Amino acid sequence: MTKFLQTLMDGISIGSLYALIALGYTMVYGILRFINFAHSDIFVLGAWLSFSVALCAGWTASGAPLLFPTWLWTVLIVVSVLGPLLYVVERTALPALRSSLGPRVPHALAGGFVVTAAVWAWVLVGLVFLARATTASASFRPLTGVVILVIAMGGCGLAGYLIERLAYKPLRAAPRLNVLITAIGISLFLQNSGQLKFLFGTQPQKMPELMENKPLAVVAGVAINRVDVIGAGTAVALMFALEWLVFHTRLGRAMQAVSYNTRVASLMGIDVDRVISFTFVLGSALAAAAGFLFVMKLPGALRQPADTGWVLLGLKAFVAAVVGGIGNIRGAMLGGLFIGLLEYFGVAYLRPELRDVYVFVLLIIVLLVRPSGLLGKATVEKV
Amino acid sequence: MLRMKARSLELSPPAWTILPRNLLALVVILAIAIMMHAWVRPAVGNYYNRVMMDVGINIVLAVSLTIVNGFTGQFSIGHAGFMTLGGYVAAATTYYGSQLLWSKAAFFGGTLSSNTAESVFSAGLLGGGDLLFVAGCVLGGCIAAGAGYVVGLPSLRLRGDYLAIVTLGFGEIIRVLLQASGPQVTRTADIAAKNPFELTTALGGALGFTRVPIYTTQFWTILFGGVTLLVAYRLKQSSMGRALLSIREDEVAAEAMGVKTTRMKVLAFVIAAFFAGMGGGLYAHQLGQINAGELGFMKSFDFVIMVVLGGMGSISGATLAAIVLTVLPELLRGVAEYRMIVYALLLIVMMLVRPQGLFGVREAWELIRPLTRRMFGSGAKA
Repeated sequence: MTKFLQTLMDGISIGSLYALIALGYTMVYGILRFINFAHSDIFVLGAWLSFSVALCAGWTASGAPLLFPTWLWTVLIVVSVLGPLLYVVERTALPALRSSLGPRVPHALAGGFVVTAAVWAWVLVGLVFLARATTASASFRPLTGVVILVIAMGGCGLAGYLIERLAYKPLRAAPRLNVLITAIGISLFLQNSGQLKFLFGTQPQKMPELMENKPLAVVAGVAINRVDVIGAGTAVALMFALEWLVFHTRLGRAMQAVSYNTRVASLMGIDVDRVISFTFVLGSALAAAAGFLFVMKLPGALRQPADTGWVLLGLKAFVAAVVGGIGNIRGAMLGGLFIGLLEYFGVAYLRPELRDVYVFVLLIIVLLVRPSGLLGKATVEKV
Repeated sequence: MLRMKARSLELSPPAWTILPRNLLALVVILAIAIMMHAWVRPAVGNYYNRVMMDVGINIVLAVSLTIVNGFTGQFSIGHAGFMTLGGYVAAATTYYGSQLLWSKAAFFGGTLSSNTAESVFSAGLLGGGDLLFVAGCVLGGCIAAGAGYVVGLPSLRLRGDYLAIVTLGFGEIIRVLLQASGPQVTRTADIAAKNPFELTTALGGALGFTRVPIYTTQFWTILFGGVTLLVAYRLKQSSMGRALLSIREDEVAAEAMGVKTTRMKVLAFVIAAFFAGMGGGLYAHQLGQINAGELGFMKSFDFVIMVVLGGMGSISGATLAAIVLTVLPELLRGVAEYRMIVYALLLIVMMLVRPQGLFGVREAWELIRPLTRRMFGSGAKA
């Protein structure tokens, strides 16, 4: 009984993280119909970003916290100068140039995009200082975790936004295979740049404990830990927030419309590019939250950014999205929990070394029996 | 009806002529392989020799994947799974085979497998390890082809992304199962005492299968690569290949024209898996070990990238991409930790500026022909 309850709890807490990651896969698939293989790296970025920010905020016993290295400040300042400059040129000089030189002059220099990114980055910098302030004073110290979560979500949201704008947007009309290869390219890029010395390095790290992990209650011999409760609670709260966002707001309705039929949605006056950007930001932020909660639960599991363990986690989350019915938000939540439970019960009651086999066998069975997933709608190919 | 069928059969030459029809090509491949082995290999030194072998192995895998992804338009991202399976089978065959035959796993090759000058020419030209090695590779290919059949079957029901996901899942299952296998038996006496069927599960587990005798040389990579290219090329020219291409262009129309789409798709998987398995055999006998953990789905993506970069269905494109993508990371070794970043960025830029791949759906010579015509006047008819 104890074993059963323990397994159930582990399965649910890891499953809710799978669900958070799966949401990003499923939303992007729902709208763009492609598998975003770089998504699991965003999850890793979230985990490592939480770690770095925790260090910045002073959560280590050893020495003074390192704040941003010079190169980061340089990039920030260059971008902040460049953005408005481009924007002004775009507004003033380009129309004149276009009228004299003709259509070969582009419409825009992406000034607005750079400005958005720069403002976003400065807000994050401000938040890092806020995290420092909360760490410094004893009474606000419990709040640091929340600030770090927000920074991780914001940082990964920015990364998702940049990736979408720079790499995926130019490929809107290209075959899906190309977009997929680009996604793999981005995945490789994120993995390998994360390993650089001045970013996260190649050493595994240990996440500092942001809160004391004491058992809240003991039920039938199973300790229910604070971190587990807060982690699962955050995950569920985020899922409810997403549910509300998608099904009860204008933007959510626009997302649904775009995923239902992109062309018609754009004819109805929906700014499709904005909706897609927003979807990426949203999915990346959820993955970042999953990364944060993951290292909170397993502080020692912060492996180096290109470790295959991360890839496997992302892959299982992807399986969760497929099992739940890819493109279906509630399906992804259900699939995540299902995969988490399956994995942990398989390990506890069957052979532990086959832990990944259960997940992939389930994937294949689901695809053969019900290709559209548990909650997905079957699509009929039209001739 | 029967008469028509009989007559349409006569259009294709009888099956037994396969060898004579391709004799010239085979002789050329063999000659190139022997020349490279005899002259180029000793001249270029160990490092370049290794890079050239890598190129050969990657050509085998990229071109075989072209048959599924390029010709047939099915989307397989589990190719490394077949490679791993074939590699393990081949490695187990040579390792346990030499233990049983010669009571040790050391190198028992003929002249064609000797990579170093001091290696012993121990058992005649083909009577020794070479034959065992080739048999192991072919066996690995056959087992992989069986797995390819199993993976191809879902293509009955699934299309596009879903099929891709299934192939990915199969690749991962193969990897995990191999990693969960029993420890490798290393003592000769134990091996002789064991039932041969027990040895099939003693594949090294998470440590990988090690101490594989090193047989792969430039000769073998060129021979296998050449045969893969030849088969892919002849397949593309044949009616069967046309059927595969028609599935890529429009599956429904192909079916309406009488192409047995399911059988053709499964066939493409089987052929591709066979060569991937052989490539795995080459890989294992080049490194002296094979580890399923290193051949995960990122490795599959390497081959998908080669196929797409070369152009979907272009054999010469895939070959060129395999060469470029093997040599490029080697050239970038100078910038050590940045090399994979540069590689990734090049990939992204390539997809942005030339989305159809190097050659598009065409072959290199089809691109060159209009050029030569323009340069030397209209020698050939348009």
